Amino acid sequence: MTKDEIVAGLAEILEEVAGVNPDDVTEEKSFTEDLDVDSLSMVEVVVAAEEKFGVKIPDDEVQNLKTVGDAADFVLKQA
Amino acid sequence: MLLEGKSVLVTGVLTEASIAFNIAKIAQEQGAKLVLTGFGRMSLVERIAKRLPQEVPVIELDVTNAEHLGSLAERVGALGFDSLDGVVHSIGFAPQTALGGNFLDAGWEDVATAVHVSAYSYKALAMATLPLMEKGGSVVGLTFDATLAWPVYDWMGVAKAGLESTSRYLAKYLGAKGIRSNLVSAGPLRTMAAKSIPGFEKFEESWSDRAPLGWALTDTAPTAKAVVALLSDWFPATTGEIIHVDGGYHATAA
Repeated sequence: MTKDEIVAGLAEILEEVAGVNPDDVTEEKSFTEDLDVDSLSMVEVVVAAEEKFGVKIPDDEVQNLKTVGDAADFVLKQA
Repeated sequence: MLLEGKSVLVTGVLTEASIAFNIAKIAQEQGAKLVLTGFGRMSLVERIAKRLPQEVPVIELDVTNAEHLGSLAERVGALGFDSLDGVVHSIGFAPQTALGGNFLDAGWEDVATAVHVSAYSYKALAMATLPLMEKGGSVVGLTFDATLAWPVYDWMGVAKAGLESTSRYLAKYLGAKGIRSNLVSAGPLRTMAAKSIPGFEKFEESWSDRAPLGWALTDTAPTAKAVVALLSDWFPATTGEIIHVDGGYHATAA
């Protein structure tokens, strides 16, 4: 899996869970500030990402994943 | 197994950190057949439900919605449940204006919401499931010690006092039907609900130091096990009770 593929996968999840336009999902975007993902939606994004990419994202780690790029890097490391 | 052959309805599963998630998990491990109810973000509840050891149906229940409550027994029955042996109430909510140090300024509407969702709903849920408990049953809820005033908990604390009293009255009125009502008073746990209380860490600081047994803020298993025990046949003469699962904090002074 490449980082671009993960970002594309996250865009699909963000669209499904939080109604985010996939075109807006780029690496430097912050989930909460740029994409308006609220805390409960973020929980679901994490759960959906775990399923899609077959990784485990611990609760403590989630607060460090500020941007789409942060999340993609974390998934890339775990996958 | 403690719950062999028993059917139990569990509310309040939202994430894997939910107390109700661990209740559902341990109840399944102990042989129970479950139905979950979810609120609001149903797609998240359904995803999380798939992480339980066994497949479990999820139905929607807003405990402030009369239609949801009125159709609950029928909807549970339609899933193949002839009866329920237990019901778990793991539901609480207070608007942000009623929490986090806003005690003196909170208005009645927000306080009313907290009491409706967190206390009255316990009775409402029991009555909604009553048609399925003709052979008796066990209703179990979750409280946070409401005999004291805590930092930041504010009107949620008042709502919990209401819940504790509601459980005693439910025990009184449903005892003749063989239905028990008990609460587990847990120490602070880092659930989504806890994270939404501004200043929640103020609870956490002293707990593990003062509790004789210590306290793990992220371990919902001790609380879940107590709930499962109360659902079982091993507390047959206990009702209107509050069992502390708090490492012993409530029994010790500073």
